[in-house]
Amino acid sequence: MSQYRLEVRVKPRPGLLDPQGKAVHHSLNSLGWDGVHDVRVGKAIYIDMDADSEESALEAAETMCRKLLANPVTEDYEVSVVGMLEGADS
Amino acid sequence: MKVAVVTFPGSNCDYDLYKAAQQVGAEADFVWHRERGLSGYDAVLLPGGFSYGDYLRAGAIASLSPVMEDVIAFANRGGPVLGICNGFQVLCESGLLPGALMHNDSLKFQSHDVYLKVERADTLFTSDYEAGQILRIPIAHGEGNFEADSETLRSLEDSGRVVFRYVDRNGDHTDESNPNGSWHNIAGITNERGNVLGMMPHPERAMEDVLGSTDGIGLFTSLVGSLSTAS
Repeated sequence: MSQYRLEVRVKPRPGLLDPQGKAVHHSLNSLGWDGVHDVRVGKAIYIDMDADSEESALEAAETMCRKLLANPVTEDYEVSVVGMLEGADS
Repeated sequence: MKVAVVTFPGSNCDYDLYKAAQQVGAEADFVWHRERGLSGYDAVLLPGGFSYGDYLRAGAIASLSPVMEDVIAFANRGGPVLGICNGFQVLCESGLLPGALMHNDSLKFQSHDVYLKVERADTLFTSDYEAGQILRIPIAHGEGNFEADSETLRSLEDSGRVVFRYVDRNGDHTDESNPNGSWHNIAGITNERGNVLGMMPHPERAMEDVLGSTDGIGLFTSLVGSLSTAS
């Protein structure tokens, strides 16, 4: 059993209105970044968990996304392992 | 006749709903989200508010509360379930209703009266209204923008499951009368079986003249009426 750190990136599905992104977009334009023509705001969720392997950690995270972390109607998600934690091996 | 008003941490329309149920002659109990078992109840009401501070997504965490397993089982047995505002969001997150409620397209929290058209007067919840009747009911939400995939949206319309629509005072569903960007001005829908209704507007806040409107009463008398007919 090892400890893995997972990163889950949840983002609004393409084509759906993202009011938060729209607000940030306007603010960036008003700060002078005229070249900014689209902003989408998602979220990153970091999970530390025990798992037998990288594959099983990723599989668990996929299930977490489907059950809770992302809403399939409005959001897409990506999952990756970003590290193994020290001293977790036993 | 007894209704359960489920309360989550962050619910804030639970007392309004409790009072509304009592006003139309129902016995009402609060059921805390950690409690189990809804067997003694004839209907379940999910109130508005900000369960779990809207963390992650509005209604997402509440939809996994222990009591929601019982609410889902109750609905699957055909028991009437009404979700208002955050309650609607919880119903969508739990899968009892299709779709999702996204941020309002205005980027603003909308808190004012709206006009609603009763599209269906043949549901458990609307039988005391007339089809086409225009109601004035308050809304108060930041995430009421109803969205679903195009197949779901088409089937909601084709099967007549849109119960309430935002309209202007003449009953026309215009862009101006749509407070949140909802597809086809949808304000409330039912499940296929018709025993689960979710709506963003607050009929429980339109129960007395002093509140500015009594147009919400019909929803609760309809529900109580349909329960007494059934039992």
